[in-house]
Amino acid sequence: MKISIYRKIKEGAVEGVFLLCGLSSIFITVGIVAVLAYEALGFFREVSIIDFLTGTEWTPLFADKKFGILPLVAGTLLITGIALSVSLPLGLTVAIYLSEYAPHKVKEIAKPILELLAAVPTVVYGYFALLFLTPILQKFFPEMSGFNALSPGIIMGIMIIPYISSVSEDAMKAVPMSIREGSYAMGATRLQTAIKVVIPAAFSGIAAAFIMGISRAIGETMVVAIAAGMMPNFTANPTQPVQTLTAYIVQVSLGDVPHGTLEYKTIFAVGMTLFLMTLGFNIIGFWLRSRIREAY
Amino acid sequence: MNDKTNIHRRIAISKFWDYTFMTIGVLSTLIGFSVLFALMSDLFVNGMSRFTYTFISSYPSRFPEEAGILSPLVGTTLIMLVTAFVSVPLGVGAGIYLEEYAKKNWLTNIIEINITNLAGVPSIIYGLLALGLFVYYFEFGQSILTGGLALALLILPMIIMATREAIRAIPKHIREASYALGATKWQTVRDHIIPYSMGGILTGVIMGLSRAIGETAPIITIGALTFIAFLPTSPVSAEFPYINFNWLFDPFTVMPIQVFNWVSRPQAAFHQNAAAAGVILLAMTLVMNGIAIYIRYKFRKRIKW
Repeated sequence: MKISIYRKIKEGAVEGVFLLCGLSSIFITVGIVAVLAYEALGFFREVSIIDFLTGTEWTPLFADKKFGILPLVAGTLLITGIALSVSLPLGLTVAIYLSEYAPHKVKEIAKPILELLAAVPTVVYGYFALLFLTPILQKFFPEMSGFNALSPGIIMGIMIIPYISSVSEDAMKAVPMSIREGSYAMGATRLQTAIKVVIPAAFSGIAAAFIMGISRAIGETMVVAIAAGMMPNFTANPTQPVQTLTAYIVQVSLGDVPHGTLEYKTIFAVGMTLFLMTLGFNIIGFWLRSRIREAY
Repeated sequence: MNDKTNIHRRIAISKFWDYTFMTIGVLSTLIGFSVLFALMSDLFVNGMSRFTYTFISSYPSRFPEEAGILSPLVGTTLIMLVTAFVSVPLGVGAGIYLEEYAKKNWLTNIIEINITNLAGVPSIIYGLLALGLFVYYFEFGQSILTGGLALALLILPMIIMATREAIRAIPKHIREASYALGATKWQTVRDHIIPYSMGGILTGVIMGLSRAIGETAPIITIGALTFIAFLPTSPVSAEFPYINFNWLFDPFTVMPIQVFNWVSRPQAAFHQNAAAAGVILLAMTLVMNGIAIYIRYKFRKRIKW
């Protein structure tokens, strides 16, 4: 009898410890939301939220302070757009190739090497964009400035390839072989099967991969902080320097901004904007992803 | 007859596109490879002149030829210690809870959704969390403890997911055999679940740490200094009690911050330093990834249920 009581207490204690570990992730989310909301509220007490969301000038570090977030959002979207126009076609082609064409051996070798693209520290990509790719691009576009949106956008696109290709490939792998075989039996080639059968069947997974790529590109920091310049330009011209939401946070953090000032609070307001943007894309992504399993 | 040639033509066209696409697929894969290759060789060639012993044994300096990476190397090592010490027990514990203990209810559901969501939060947001919470609210300052905690929270979702995946791969009959012999849940977890999932967990932990080692944004956000020409307090001392934890509250710099600092300067000599430090940082990440892939391969081969 004694043993069994001792056991029960011990079992309960162990489960309690594991439960606390599980709950820690919730504390993190609560912490993120609380910190961002608290400081951002302080910011919006001094700056009107309408000016913040509609203003086209962002000069919080100058004497004449303007707090319009649009230039930062525009810079973020411009670079994200460039990155996606590189990584979507490449990532999807790689996924189709690896899932439908490549022999097993090639796949075993190619996948880990591609994954390394995602493992390289982003600060190293920043170096590469600024000191390797930008000089090359300047030979094609002589009027391009040393800091620009194009070069980090392209590099970021290549960095995201493995995210898009591996999630898309997983979705294609989930398509049952019998469906493919049906298509082959009708005389279709691998390409026809991929485009007309596999991609439609795996569509929600592929869409999820795209959305997650977008969210990843929006949140990327170091490549743009190094190679895009720190100029909040309200422009769609990829040869001009721009500033993203993330790069602004870096710029402020590098300086010595005293705790509690309005400048200090701006990074939380910008962080809140960034958090909500990525959260929105993530939710769409998860919703699409959860539909993969329902399909078959 | 006419129909027959028509069919042959259509087959030829279909086959042509099939092979064309295959070529495009191979080329796309090769684009990824060649960027990786260009990146590595560019870094290596530019940094080559700086690969000397003094580069590793010197502090950062205003003079590019004298500058080295001693303090960032030590900083990275200490930060990783804190990160691993916090994130591994928490992450593995959470993974075990979700796979072995959690009942299917709303709380479990919230935890699961929350973890997938956390994995998608940009790393710089973790930096803002650490800035508001650890630096100013708990008053840890811009210290090794704050940096290590920020990175630990960042890689926690990765470790939880890896743990869950590893545990899920263990067949149900292993648990049933253990219960049939009268083992309690904790005994089953301790003697069977944890040892059998060790390979997968270890792979996840190393992958997570290799991600943390290259993270720059959260560390910049907490306001870590970039110019640190001294080392943190030594954790071991000659007097009683021999071991101390004062280093946890010392300011620090890490490898990626040093690379960022050097690459942002206009002089080409500093860019060489950035390249050399970048090679070392890249080597650390790649070696860790290599070890993780090797462990996964080894364990996958060894285990037959």
